[in-house]
Amino acid sequence: MSFNSELLNKIVKVYGPSSNEAKIREFITEEIKDFVDDIRIDALGNLIAHKKGNGKRVMISAHMDQIGMMAIDIDDNGFIRFTNIGGISPVYSYGQKVVFENGTIGAIFCEPVDDLTKVKLDKMYIDIGAFSKEEAEAKVKIGDICIYQSEFVENENVVFTPYLDDRVGCFIAIEALKTIKEPVNDLYFVFSVQEEVGLRGAKTAAFSVDPEIGISLDVTAHGDTPKAKRFAIGLNKGAAIKVKDNSIIVHPYIRETLVKLAKDKGIPYQMEVLEFGGTDSGAIHLNKEGVPSGVISIPTRYVHSTVEMASKNDINNCTKLLIEFLNTEFEI
Amino acid sequence: MSNLELLKLLSNHNGISGFESTLNEIIIPYFEKYADKVTIDKLGNIIALKKGSSSGESPKIMIAAHMDEIGLMVNDIEENGFLRFTSVGGIDPRTILGQEVIVHGKEDLFGVIGAKPPHLQDANEQNKAIKMKDMTIDIGLDCAKVKELVKIGDSITINRSLIELKNNRVAGKALDDRAGVVAMFECLKELSNLNHEADIYFVATVQEEVSMAGAITSTYRINPDIGIAVDVGFGTTPELDKADSLDLGKGPGITLGGNIHPGLRKKLVSTANEYNIPHQMEITVGPTGTDARAIQITREGIPALVLSIPLRYMHTSVELIDVVDIKHTGKLLAFFIKEISNENLEGLLCY
Amino acid sequence: MLLKTLTESFGLSGNEKEVRDIIIAEIKDYCTTIKTDRIGNIIAFKEGKPNSKRIMVTAHMDEVGLMVKDIDSSGLIKFIPVGGIDKRILVSKTVLIGNDKIPGVIGAKPIHLQKRNEWSNALNMSDLYIDIGAKSKEDAEKYVNIGDYVAFDSKYTEFGDNLVKAKALDNRVGCAILIDLIKNIEDISFYGVFTVMEEVGLVGAGPAAYEVDPDISIILEGTLCYDIPKLDSHMIPTYIGGGPAISLVDRTTVYNHKLRDRVVQVAKKNNIPHQFRKTAMGGNDSGRIHTSRDGSLTTTISVPCRNIHSPVSVMSLEDYNNTSKLVKALLYDFDEEGYNEF
Repeated sequence: MSFNSELLNKIVKVYGPSSNEAKIREFITEEIKDFVDDIRIDALGNLIAHKKGNGKRVMISAHMDQIGMMAIDIDDNGFIRFTNIGGISPVYSYGQKVVFENGTIGAIFCEPVDDLTKVKLDKMYIDIGAFSKEEAEAKVKIGDICIYQSEFVENENVVFTPYLDDRVGCFIAIEALKTIKEPVNDLYFVFSVQEEVGLRGAKTAAFSVDPEIGISLDVTAHGDTPKAKRFAIGLNKGAAIKVKDNSIIVHPYIRETLVKLAKDKGIPYQMEVLEFGGTDSGAIHLNKEGVPSGVISIPTRYVHSTVEMASKNDINNCTKLLIEFLNTEFEI
Repeated sequence: MSNLELLKLLSNHNGISGFESTLNEIIIPYFEKYADKVTIDKLGNIIALKKGSSSGESPKIMIAAHMDEIGLMVNDIEENGFLRFTSVGGIDPRTILGQEVIVHGKEDLFGVIGAKPPHLQDANEQNKAIKMKDMTIDIGLDCAKVKELVKIGDSITINRSLIELKNNRVAGKALDDRAGVVAMFECLKELSNLNHEADIYFVATVQEEVSMAGAITSTYRINPDIGIAVDVGFGTTPELDKADSLDLGKGPGITLGGNIHPGLRKKLVSTANEYNIPHQMEITVGPTGTDARAIQITREGIPALVLSIPLRYMHTSVELIDVVDIKHTGKLLAFFIKEISNENLEGLLCY
Repeated sequence: MLLKTLTESFGLSGNEKEVRDIIIAEIKDYCTTIKTDRIGNIIAFKEGKPNSKRIMVTAHMDEVGLMVKDIDSSGLIKFIPVGGIDKRILVSKTVLIGNDKIPGVIGAKPIHLQKRNEWSNALNMSDLYIDIGAKSKEDAEKYVNIGDYVAFDSKYTEFGDNLVKAKALDNRVGCAILIDLIKNIEDISFYGVFTVMEEVGLVGAGPAAYEVDPDISIILEGTLCYDIPKLDSHMIPTYIGGGPAISLVDRTTVYNHKLRDRVVQVAKKNNIPHQFRKTAMGGNDSGRIHTSRDGSLTTTISVPCRNIHSPVSVMSLEDYNNTSKLVKALLYDFDEEGYNEF
């Protein structure tokens, strides 16, 4: 399987912070519309693409929203104060360039403080180079959300860029969706909204899809950098099969099926026991009468920074594992 | 089988949240003795239906006691074969140092959670609690052998057999909430001698300790008129405020507060008084830390009740109860159920 | 006056009966259907012109307060908070206990007997108790039971320049506006929902939304206001007198942008002063409503309240009237222009 850098490069750059996913929704729609039977958008903005098959109804979820910063105040000199949309780290965001939906670019900086590591976001501001409130207001309204400006870097091993979380999951879902010609199962690919603010899109999408099996694709943390907190997940060591995080304990049948497939098909894998965080399957498995659900995670360094880094081999292995999983005749 | 024998069996068996299916072989045959139908749902909840006598549409009452227990999980394997681990559910790291454990790998493996010898410690080291991330489990095998038998994500339980103490009191692990499961059986047995109109769904729920996943999904499926969580409550000990705890041997705690339907709760108390069943009051203003939290907000909302079996030393491996309280709890449930009919249900639920 | 009746009545989270009964009596003749659901929410429907979308307007009925936890041998009453309360506001206050509204006081140690600087530490909730004048535990138990709800004793008072002081402005102000809507809106179909137990974890809203299954919801609230001098403007969540506060984002919802823009447009069109709620802290019923079933759109419009969650909450009658105006205008606007863009 060759690595489709072009698509990944494009998809991480499309604007789509939580609650304002219209642009990325259009991008993905264009990308997949010729490969699915039906596409619909629900009230919260989830993109739900149906690829018909006769087996189990499976929901595949990758979230298309990004973390970002919402303008809440513009002062007399045109400086913009903001609040976080999702997990924005003051340290990671300090000194970064951000971009609003209309293309306005700004820089994040901070009031003078003694200890930058303890700074809170309410001491920080966005400078868009406006010299007055009026100038600023012409470009940015209160309630507008900006995201980190993108820069996609790759070499033969890895990619690093803002927003692998979770555009790499979307990328894998799209690659699988395009590869699978004759679905064994009845597949609903959901590109979900508002994961970063609390798995909200996946909750409502699961209600309408009403799946029998759930699988989501998202980044996970790493434990393979100098003095990293102990976590048995590293780059280039294979697709990560989740056992638990704070939102789910993966259903044994799904976990065992993924492990067996990886072994049988020679796909490198690692087991993930995450002590924090959560992803869409956390919402899916609680839907209605319960949905056996699992997660394929992409090992990723520096999650929620502007240099989220993942291995190309791992990404390809996640795609392979997903395809094998979706082609399985489930016995549950 | 007596309540005590069953409790012993359940307590000594292992099934942390998400890994409960090992309990099916005990619970299902037991339910099947008295219930009309037993099923396992998609997340692993065991649901036993005892049909009521009503010929028309029966009220539906759901009783939930969770069968999962807190525990540990392997999250790394060291080069010397030691296991690193994390917790599933709320565990005080101070309670697991020096414990014997069972690692549920390809086969069950005995191990110990080691501690640094006092001789090697700094002067004030003993004043500091050890963090879970600094502990290891030694299963006495080399790394290659360990990796053959154990994988990351395997569950671990404390190796503990239930012990009998004085005055009907027993101590063991996982009495939270296997004691509740036994109370459901007690209720089921009582009901076989009573006439009740309502259809009763007994649910041994999964994953209460982490997400209430079992109660959320089973309540959706059953969609009962009344949901009752049977769980454990804090037993009185010197370090607890008396007002925040329940006395052992004096019957179940009946919870008051927003999670609870006031009309049903009044009925529950009057039933207890009428049949002379000892009981105590317990208050929680908002959502309780039980399956009832999930039950109340399912679908259009479900009127809920909570009964708590007094239990000391919660979330340790020496949880202590008085078995008499299980009996009282089961009886109270059964007599309350007997009192519910098509005729009075609407009145009881009225605000 | 309705707001006076509502703020002086009792309705702690989980014990909303008194408020619920007042609301039902007020609105029952104006609704097409009305019911109390299985956990105590009021779900009223007012039928107007047929509509492809289902509109729901909600306000939570409950208020914060205290609950009796224990009675000691001398008849003094220990309590726990119901909802978020700053323990420091409780000292030296009067309260009313239970359905019979037994009066009591929360006292404090005389300053004469305190050690030097003892007063620089806040008193813990566990150090406080209510004295109803009982002589013993048995005596107290004649009037008070464990589990009884305790409300702040605070009368509705108008003062200053169009301001009101009362307890429970969060959220009887929302209830009052919603009651007024149900009485006075003509020809628009909408659900008016009064929810229980918002203050202890948004309990009532989820089931209510599951039942109504709305497409668009307007959540009416009393929201926090902290407009003290010398604070940077971005640290001030709302201003008293600044008009209805339109929510951007809180812990439970990132509000739909199109609907939010529409609310602003309608305010501008009708010359109604308005402001944004500039903090992401807090949360409300919207969180449960917009994620119920397959999802729906929500907006929260609030009356700013200083000293929220205390016996002396303060709001502006002007803000109250403007909020009411804005919500009415919004409902008519939906009707005029249709809902297709949402």
